[in-house]
Formats: sequence, structure tokens, C-alpha cells
Amino acid sequence: MARIIVVTSGKGGVGKTTTSAAIAMGLAKKGHKTAVIDFDVGLRNLDLIMGCERRVVYDFVNVINGEATLRQALIKDKRCNQLFILPASQTRDKDALTKEGVGKILEELSKEFKYIVCDSPAGIERGANLAMYFADDAFVVTNPEVASVRDSDRMLGILASKSRRAEQGEEAITEYLLLSRYSPKRVKLGEMLSVEDVQDILSLHLLGVIPESKSVLNASNSGTPVILDEESNAGQAYADVVARYLGEDVPHRFINEEKKGLFGKLFRSR
Amino acid sequence: MIFLHRSDIIQSINATKLYPMSTDTEASTYKKSALELKSSSFSVPVLVIHTTELKQIQHQLKEKIAQAPEFFKNSPLLIDLKNCKDNEQPINLSALIEFLYAEKLFPIGINAGNLDQNTIASKFHIPVHTIRDTQSTRSTTTIKKPIENTESVTEPANKEPVNTIENMLVSQPVRSGQRIYAKGDLTVLSHVSAGAEIMAEGNIHIYGALRGRALAGVQGNTQSRIFCSSLQAELVSIAGHYKVSEELDKVDQNKSTQIYLQDQALIINNL
Repeated sequence: MARIIVVTSGKGGVGKTTTSAAIAMGLAKKGHKTAVIDFDVGLRNLDLIMGCERRVVYDFVNVINGEATLRQALIKDKRCNQLFILPASQTRDKDALTKEGVGKILEELSKEFKYIVCDSPAGIERGANLAMYFADDAFVVTNPEVASVRDSDRMLGILASKSRRAEQGEEAITEYLLLSRYSPKRVKLGEMLSVEDVQDILSLHLLGVIPESKSVLNASNSGTPVILDEESNAGQAYADVVARYLGEDVPHRFINEEKKGLFGKLFRSR
Repeated sequence: MIFLHRSDIIQSINATKLYPMSTDTEASTYKKSALELKSSSFSVPVLVIHTTELKQIQHQLKEKIAQAPEFFKNSPLLIDLKNCKDNEQPINLSALIEFLYAEKLFPIGINAGNLDQNTIASKFHIPVHTIRDTQSTRSTTTIKKPIENTESVTEPANKEPVNTIENMLVSQPVRSGQRIYAKGDLTVLSHVSAGAEIMAEGNIHIYGALRGRALAGVQGNTQSRIFCSSLQAELVSIAGHYKVSEELDKVDQNKSTQIYLQDQALIINNL
């Protein structure tokens, strides 16, 4: 059986799709057969970030409606043969998704894949609800600012009450916190909530802190999941997240401002 | 010998059943209804009988009425037989009731009567009440629903209403947007997030930070309290008396606190 992971947040623009692409790629690179599904019907972005937008023929909604088979719709990643992408439809809206249809697709994917990553749309409406409904694990992506933290808290409440596991009285969804766009420098200046502040409000298991980094935008624009940029902080942070999720003991990084050495001070390179 | 005193009677006709929790959206349907069943308390003279001698009772009662005829005219009356229960010669209740009617007094209930007396009372359409010691627990006494048919009189008259307090324990954090309602006391082991709302008919205990809204005693219990280990609430309320965060003193913030009602005012105390 596959493990179904939902990447969710409530608020928009916090890095759900970036995270979905990165962890799906990370899991696949570790040798696990992984599928990543874009639930943002009508505003599809995942294919862009994965760099496969030119190869989309059939999409998620086509499969739900029986107009295409899963095999036809799944796009195999060119960089990693263990990774498959199921894009969303750009011409429909979220009402095209049905609980039965999504359930059937996930069940079919479960037979073949080890991990299924569901990229949730923002909000708490149909798309987001269906993305999390069948989940086993939830990655709650939060930015260190009050609105994002509040929305994540709301989302956690929904995860605890409206998922399949909650409805059927099974073991609750395992929730993980992923703090993205973190800037230790701004935390120090008091402009941003610290890891402790966010943890105090959400009390969740922290899976990782992703530092604010230019490389994320560059990676998105070029259609490369940022985890493949091994030079960048963000790429390394996502690699840590994947490792921690798989049970490896990796110390947290990027929480405190790194001390620049003499050379770093003289030549402010990166 | 007879003894007249006033007693507060609280008529509790199971208010919770008549008003299913109005926290739901159904509140509007009640506005349209033609009638309302409410529980209210009012004072009624209680006629406490100390003897079974009817003549003596009649004589002394007439004297009392003569002292204030207007006061007793058409007055409702509760007959209390608790002090003449063990007498060998039972009181002639029918005669007493007829005498009261003749004196323009209207018995509206009988208390502490035996089975026979309760049956007689029912025949006169007088409800049978069970009051635990009217003297000591005046304001908390309850009256059972009027018994309509004589069959149910065979039930033991002293049967206490079953008290079903449903306390609630929440071990997970209460997240933003969640709502919890407890019929008794509510205990939250974790924190209550901003944007969450917890309500209890009894006390509320929070062993984490209270950042959302907490409403204790929502059915009007002014004795209920709120306890939390860190007060950062959006709103606190006890029996409808509330304060929003703006009105909460900054010095009380982030401290272990209890909130209770005293003389219609919310008191916030650091623990």
C-alpha cells in the first residue's frame, strides 16, 4: 500500500507546490516510486514547476471522467524514472473533482506506487478538502507570519475532523510542520515569527525549516524542483526534510543565522 | 398548628429538551413558534400542616386570613404535609382541600404526602410535588412535572431526578475554526487556538494557552469558572457576562488565571 501525503496550508503562496515538487523528487531520488498529483484544478502550476507542461496530454479530470486511463495521463519525469506527475486540468474548475473519482484513482495508484504526493490548492474548499480527505500524512506548509500560521491552524482542525481517517475513526493523520521562507536575520530583527513562536501556536512535529532563498524562484522559473539544486540552502533543506520523513536522524539547519567567516565577510558571495 | 411561609420554587421543565442547543442555526425557527415554554421561579405561600386536627387548622387559618384578607384572596397555595406524616390518624385531606377552596385559596400542589394523600390530590387535579427540605435548599428545589393520571402516583414520590452531567475531555489542541460544546465541565489538555470557540454549561479548564474564545456557564450557571494556564483569550464569558481581549488587562496576559463572576462582574485572578 502506498502512503498518501497531502501538502497543504490553507493560505496561498506559502510554497505548497514548490514543496510538493521538491519532496516528490526527493522521495523518487531515494528510490521510492512516487506519484505527485496536482489538485489545483483550474490553476494548475505543478507541471510548470516540474518542467513538464509541454508534455501534458490528458489530465486528472480526464481520468476521473473516464476519458483517459491513468497510464495515459501520468507523465514520467525525465530526470528520475521513479517519479510520475498527474497534472490538473486548466480548463475546468474544482467541481469536476468527486470524492468517488479521487478515491478510485488513489486506490489504483496505491497498487503501483510507494508514495503519492497530493498538492493541495489554497483555501478550505472542495479541492483542498479532496486533496486531504484520503491522506495518511499531512505536510503543513507555513510561513513565519501570523496569517499563514492562523490558516494552517484552521487547516489542522479540518484534517482532524473531516478526513477519511477521522470519519472512519481510524488513527489520525500524521501531521508535520514545514516552515518555509524562513529568514533568521528577520527573526532576529523581530520582523518574523521564530520557529518557537510558530511551534507554540501549532504544536506540531517540525519536519524542517526551508530558508528564504533566491534559488526557489530560479528553480520554479526553470521548471526544476529546487531539491535538485544541491548548492542552495533551500535544496539542502528539502533534502533534509525528505530524509527526516523517511526516518533518518538529521539535525535541523537554517534556523539560526549562519556566521560568516572572514572570507565570507570580505566577499559577500551568496 | 399551622405555619405559613413563602418559598421560592424553581420550576424546571427540562429546559434543555425544549431548547435544543441554540448554538446551531436553528434559532430562527423558534421565533416563528406561537408559544414558548420557559422555566421561571416565583414565590408561593406554603401551608405547612403540623396537626391532623382539621378543626384546629380551620380555626387558625381563618384567624390568619382575617389578619390580611386581601393578601390571601384567590392566592395560590402549596400544601406541605412533611410535619404531619408520622401521625397515626391521617389528615382528612379532601376536607382540607374543600375548606381551602371555600376560603378562596387555590392549592396548586401538595408536598411530602403519602400515596393515599397523593391520590386524593390528583383527584382534585392538584399536582404532586417532591421538595427536598424547603427550608434549607430554598432556591435549588425542583418540582417534578405534574402527574396527570393516577397510575403514575404509585411511583415512589421521593424519586430524585436523575442528574446526568456530561463532562468532556479534549486531549488535542483545539484548532482555529473548531467549536466544542460540553454539557458539563470541559477540560482541554492542550491549548485553544485563536479563532477556536469552546463552550461549557459548567466550568472550563485549559491546561495550555487560551487564545480563542471560552464561554462557561452558557446555560446561565453564574457559579461556573474558567481556568487556564496562560490567558491570551479573544473573549471570555461566564453566564453571558463577557470581556473581549481589548478589555482584558495587559497585566493578566500570559498568566495562569481563573475567571469568575462576582456581583455581575467578571473577576480575573492570577493563580
